[in-house]
Amino acid sequence: MASKVPQSRSRLVLRRLVRRRLALMGMVAVLLFFVFAYLGPHFYKWQYDQLDFQAFQQPPSSEHWFGTTQNGFDMLARTMRGMQKSLIIGLIGAVISTGIAAVAGAAAGYFAGWTDRAIVAFIDLLLVLPAFLIIAILSPIFSERTWLIFVLLLAAFQWMITARVVRSMTLSMKEREFVYAARFMGVSDWKIILRHILPNMSSFLIIDATINVSSLILSEVGLSFFGFGVQPPDISLGTLINDHWQSAGTPNGYQFYLPALLLVLLVLSVNLVGDGLRDALDPNAGGGGDR
Amino acid sequence: MTQPLLEVSELTVSFPSEAGPVAAVRGLSYRVMPGEVLGIVGESGSGKSVSCLAVMGLLPARARISGSVRFKGTELLGQTDRELSRIRGRGISMIFQDPLSALTPVYTVGDQIAEAVLIHQNISKQAAMDRAVELLSIVGIPNPQQRATAFPHEFSGGMRQRAMIAMSMANDPELIIADEPTTALDVTIQAQILETLDAVQKRTRAAIVMITHDLGVIAGAADRVFVMYAGKPVESGGIDDVFYRPRMPYTLGLLGSIPRLDVAERLPLTPIEGSPPSLINLPRGCPFTPRCPMRIEKCEEIEPDLVVLSSSGEGHCAACHRSNEIEEQNLRSIDIFPAPLIVGSPVSGIPRSKRAKVLELTNLVKHFPLVKGAIMRRRVGTVFAVDGVSLDVREGETLGLVGESGCGKTTTILEVLNLIRPASGKIVVLGKDTAHMSNRERFEIRRELNVVFQDPLASLDPRMPVSDILAEPLLTHGVPASERARRIEELLETVGLRAEHASRYPQEFSGGQRQRVGIARALALRPKLLVLDEPVSALDVSIRAGVINLLEKLQADLGLAYLFVAHDLSVVRHIADRVAVMYLGKIAEIGEVNQVFGLPAHPYTQALLSAIPLPDPRKERARRRIILKGDLPSPADPPSGCRFRTRCQKFANELTEQERKRCVDEEPILSVQGGPDADHLAACHYAQGYAVLDDVPGA
Repeated sequence: MASKVPQSRSRLVLRRLVRRRLALMGMVAVLLFFVFAYLGPHFYKWQYDQLDFQAFQQPPSSEHWFGTTQNGFDMLARTMRGMQKSLIIGLIGAVISTGIAAVAGAAAGYFAGWTDRAIVAFIDLLLVLPAFLIIAILSPIFSERTWLIFVLLLAAFQWMITARVVRSMTLSMKEREFVYAARFMGVSDWKIILRHILPNMSSFLIIDATINVSSLILSEVGLSFFGFGVQPPDISLGTLINDHWQSAGTPNGYQFYLPALLLVLLVLSVNLVGDGLRDALDPNAGGGGDR
Repeated sequence: MTQPLLEVSELTVSFPSEAGPVAAVRGLSYRVMPGEVLGIVGESGSGKSVSCLAVMGLLPARARISGSVRFKGTELLGQTDRELSRIRGRGISMIFQDPLSALTPVYTVGDQIAEAVLIHQNISKQAAMDRAVELLSIVGIPNPQQRATAFPHEFSGGMRQRAMIAMSMANDPELIIADEPTTALDVTIQAQILETLDAVQKRTRAAIVMITHDLGVIAGAADRVFVMYAGKPVESGGIDDVFYRPRMPYTLGLLGSIPRLDVAERLPLTPIEGSPPSLINLPRGCPFTPRCPMRIEKCEEIEPDLVVLSSSGEGHCAACHRSNEIEEQNLRSIDIFPAPLIVGSPVSGIPRSKRAKVLELTNLVKHFPLVKGAIMRRRVGTVFAVDGVSLDVREGETLGLVGESGCGKTTTILEVLNLIRPASGKIVVLGKDTAHMSNRERFEIRRELNVVFQDPLASLDPRMPVSDILAEPLLTHGVPASERARRIEELLETVGLRAEHASRYPQEFSGGQRQRVGIARALALRPKLLVLDEPVSALDVSIRAGVINLLEKLQADLGLAYLFVAHDLSVVRHIADRVAVMYLGKIAEIGEVNQVFGLPAHPYTQALLSAIPLPDPRKERARRRIILKGDLPSPADPPSGCRFRTRCQKFANELTEQERKRCVDEEPILSVQGGPDADHLAACHYAQGYAVLDDVPGA
């Protein structure tokens, strides 16, 4: 029973992932959202900043698929533009936040002692700070500059829990014999972290980054809704919803419902991919066995 | 003829898996007579545990089981769990390998044993509890009344296994299945448990099926034995027949591959090449064919049946097409398996005192503080992990460092490998004191000093192919790329692997091959001293010999010095030139290996040697055994004076009250034994040589 048929890990993971139908659907959906947001504008006759003086406040029609706004902007073009921003914020933010978490958590766990205490104290401090409030207060500063600062801020308040998990995983991994072996052959500490410790928790980091994407998209939407996030003329799903939430329940409800529906679908499919990845990468997770 | 107690016939078990069905047991038939001890030996994956779980009806539902299992004439296979529960515990009971996971942590030990009694017997709770206390005292637990109210975590490993034995005999079963009952335990504790099992067997007259991979344990305990390979029995018979007249090449190889504790000269070990086959899609023919030096064409075509051998003892069967030839020519393992010639180390001609010291420890101390509290940390005690160890290793020699778990041997080598200034004492590696080493010097020394760990899978990064694993030390120490590729190829060849193995990942190798990769990595920078931390104890018996032979060959070819840490004294006797026995952070006895093992002077060494089962039934049964009392004391609170006195058989049985006082008050220091020229020191006030291994009446 101990014998295993050698099989490449990536192929095994892919096989498990494909077998989970929901995860597969999520992957396809995420892919379609990207195509929709980035390629869609090239095939659609209206641009997001283009006004149609023939159509104000029009419900969806063959001319304007998602209808138009009060000023005559095309809703579909604006939704695609908004989704571009939301997707890019989610992606960049997730990579940054998981990156910080990996480096800080691994450093705390590996070096122990004062490094550990300082990082853990900093994590605890960030955890008790009200992230929403701080970003809201800082928003006038970055509103005149680029939205990238906003992404950085979002990521800065996202990494702490992951970092704690990485820290405890590092604590157990640095007792593993291959880490000892590297240390005793004279490999430097940071090289050990980058070469041995982080790659061995890569499945956790990948899953975490995926789940972070959806949570960052939601944070962005929340902040933008209150006017503290993405600032006009940039458009995100959050600003779109902010602009049109009052139309909910009126005959112009489509202006709110359509982008909101796409937001929900996007977050849902990213989460499905995250769950599927977790099951596929971690054979011990529920139902990940040899079913 | 009496009716057999348990009759298993044509039992097969297979598990569905992604790659196809895994044939774990492929046709196993045996009988257990009342009161007999049947041993089942085999390596991991040979199907020995699975077959017994099938008998108990404890396999998961997805397992496909066929054949027949009859207990006193009643068919067990196909019965419902409820019906089986009536037999389990009362008719057949089981002792598991890991006593920690076999006991429920939230109930007291007494409650759990009483529960086992209550399920099958209609008696009052109080009576069941009394019975539990009685059972605990039978298995030799001191203060059973009090200990019955303790929780499993308050018991040591050996005591938990005793509690498991008590539970298994709670309802006077007629058959006890013991699945590797001593594998997780230290040798001195193993000796206690085997003695307890023996006592239980004598008392209850229960039959025992003993599953183990340790041929020594089988030799001492079993009446009949089954050798299993790839899900099938390949040889069976009376214990003497199988051990003295093995007729199947696998059994021969297995017996020839274990180093002997009781043989002073270095006999070559016969390794069995290759590794056990995958149980998925087994080819037809004998599954041992690829590893068998006696294979013929027929072996690949037809799988031999287990047939009775005519000229041997009663019931001696072997499954081999050529067992008749083996019988006629009376072949031994050395005749069949290619054994390497033993070559002496190039430095062995030079007397020891003239050779340079590669490692010298002087009064090395490592204490760990015991702290309590999260914010206000305060020190509540000290663990005296290593408490004044002095030893030296000279060029080209092997020093074996032995002792039970918790004696401080691992801490000692970690101190050496860390190359930092110890809390107290001195570590000198290749003439450089670690206390006055610059970072640069420390880095340079790492070239000369390397390590091989116990678990080859854990010590290789699973995400790196072998070429990257071997390149890492070279890269770290600035070997240029062109040179690296050449060196990796050379290293693979040195340890007996092929160049194309470089692109594979550790998971794709067998245990023995992985350990070879680990050794190759340690050799990459051409070190002078290798620290070997239990390098073979995680490997299967048949593979061990190959790795041991490789280590010996490397020492001879490259003039390496080894610091060999092990708990297996047979391996140490085989490979080491000198040996140091550690007990509770101190060295109890140190010296030339044949002097120490031949005439041990310290009572602990004597007990340790006596506790190791020999794979020789006659010797093993005739030996007198020294059984140590109790467990290793906590290193946080060592006994005063001599640390061994609480378990010492000499202290307990031979010394007078006055003599004992010295053991309690004064700590013994290492003193020379057996003449001024001897390389043999022991730390005992009343050291006296006693040839434990030769103590066989009539031998």
